[in-house]
Amino acid sequence: MRGSATAVTSGRTAHGVLGLGAVGTLRRRIGQGDVGSLPIVVGLAVIWIFFQTQNSNFLTPRNLTDLLLQMTITATVATGIVLVLLLGEIDLSVGSIVGLSSAIIGVLLVSNHVPLWLAVGVALLVALAIGSAQGAIAAYVGVPTFVVTLAGMLGWLGVQLWVLGTTGSLNVDDPAVTFLFTSYLPPALGWLAAIVVMAAYAGERVNSNRQRQRLGLSIEPWHKLLVRPALVGLVILIPVAVLNTWRGVPVAVVTMLLLVGALHLLLTETTFGRHVFAVGGNAEAARRAGISVARIQITIFAICAVLAAIAGFMSVSRSLGASTQTGSGTLLLEAIAAGVIGGTSLFGGRGSVWSAPLGALVMASLANGLDLTGQPPDIKYVVEMVVLLVAVTIDAMTRRSRARSGR
Amino acid sequence: MRTAVSVELPLLECRGVSKCFGAVQALWDVDFSVSRGEVVALVGDNGAGKSTLVKIISGIYQPDSGGFSFDGQPGTIRNPHDAVARGISTVYQDLALCDNLDAVANLFLGREWTRGVRLSKSQMEKRAVELLDSLQIRLPSVHSPVASLSGGQRQSVAVARAVLSETARVVLLDEPTAALGVSQTKMVLDLVRTLREKGHGVVLISHNLAEVVGVADRIVVLRLGRNAAEFRRGASSSAIVAAITGADVAILAEQSELSPQPLNQGGSGGSLD
Repeated sequence: MRGSATAVTSGRTAHGVLGLGAVGTLRRRIGQGDVGSLPIVVGLAVIWIFFQTQNSNFLTPRNLTDLLLQMTITATVATGIVLVLLLGEIDLSVGSIVGLSSAIIGVLLVSNHVPLWLAVGVALLVALAIGSAQGAIAAYVGVPTFVVTLAGMLGWLGVQLWVLGTTGSLNVDDPAVTFLFTSYLPPALGWLAAIVVMAAYAGERVNSNRQRQRLGLSIEPWHKLLVRPALVGLVILIPVAVLNTWRGVPVAVVTMLLLVGALHLLLTETTFGRHVFAVGGNAEAARRAGISVARIQITIFAICAVLAAIAGFMSVSRSLGASTQTGSGTLLLEAIAAGVIGGTSLFGGRGSVWSAPLGALVMASLANGLDLTGQPPDIKYVVEMVVLLVAVTIDAMTRRSRARSGR
Repeated sequence: MRTAVSVELPLLECRGVSKCFGAVQALWDVDFSVSRGEVVALVGDNGAGKSTLVKIISGIYQPDSGGFSFDGQPGTIRNPHDAVARGISTVYQDLALCDNLDAVANLFLGREWTRGVRLSKSQMEKRAVELLDSLQIRLPSVHSPVASLSGGQRQSVAVARAVLSETARVVLLDEPTAALGVSQTKMVLDLVRTLREKGHGVVLISHNLAEVVGVADRIVVLRLGRNAAEFRRGASSSAIVAAITGADVAILAEQSELSPQPLNQGGSGGSLD
């Protein structure tokens, strides 16, 4: 037995975020290779302070609104990538699926005049079919997902060009579509949403603590119990306050955060989510425990593709149309980078969907800050390279220290 | 048989089990049993048929001939699911734990408790803590990933997983201490004793004779796919080694005479098959 092992019932002690034990907890977590999103929060603070000193417009409500709108599509795609990374897999086809679904929505709306709900529904169903098929080929045929989705990346790009046909690009100015990126929550609604989320989280923690007390499990003292909801509250309320001084919280950002929040609950509160982590941690152990690894894999690839299709709709809304360029370029690479920078392990089984918006926020902050300070795009890519390398290095190093402490 | 009356029928009994893979006869007419509150060690050289027998008991292989009985009632094990339904669980050497999940999640993996679609985390934790306490397993925290536990603690979690279900009766442990140091080994052997006290039947497959002699109530030796010998608690290691290696029959006979007298409950110690 290692060290002085205390009784199992004292297990909750490791959970405080602040408080007296925080430094010790942090040191222990670094030693065990479980740093989570901590480096990213520190990194983000450094980036923001740096750009603010370079250009005082950086932290203005207006620029922060732009920055959030910039990151929304990447974050949505990255959320799907995070799910796939949790299984220890990769999906390279998401960029092409963004392009294909934007093409489907554009063509159906503009050339075929179908109702919006039907156009979006078709795009989502196509993505669902694509994701399921890619997941199934990987699961049942045993082709590495890298290869299946690499094939998908090429193939769906081809289909995207075919769907767009000779027109090449379509303009969509239907207010029902552009609404997403041109509307903002009224300030009061923004406040209300923030307070509801915070109260729900605090209530849930108090409830769970009460239940633990009833069951005779270790409980957290009041001050510790409410530290996390208070932190979450600050993380939500401050941005809402800042954004409300400009136009309000963008609807697109709220939509993205709702998606991430829903997937967070799916991952942490359901059997399915538990099984996703199990498959990512040890697929053979999961299989022996009676979990259908194929079902998990297919479902996750389907969700990932559907998120890409939602991002496709967002991109029609943001760029007022669909073109052969939609979903191409660095979108895929930035989404993968965002997931990893946000703290989700490339090796499977460790991470959180919140990595996606966090990582995307870092990428967008870099791009936006370098633009503001008048740097040419070449610098941007080099800086992104450095940040990505730092992130994967932290991932690999913490993995090694996990292996050491885990024996 | 010196005493014909056994107090209780075995939890699990296999009679005349044979199994061949192509031209290789892996098991020949093997008998095996384990009773409530009994630790039976299954020993033998590589290729003696230990693993085959374990896999037959846990439902992975089907025997070519031979039968099972459970509490004296004849029955079959056609697949791993049957074995689990009969209360037989197996802990393999590689433990099959998910390193990234905590002890509670590992214990309940594949059989999570839920209310509606939501995991009943607190209820699962309560049951896990009760189980670990009752097995006297001490962990630094039930919330830290099992990767951060020591080898003995991980083995303990894997064993606890095998007896989580209320219907668990027989636990097969495949080389549970092979990768462990001295103190870790002691932790696992203490756990084996606790399982015995709680009335489980424990089958211990091991290469380490010293630990086998220390913990087992009965030692079944397989050699070249047959029952080679059976010893009671306290048998000398040299007699067991002779049975394992198939040393000269005369020596073996002499050895088994030297071994202490059998206990009173059925069977004769050191008898040759």
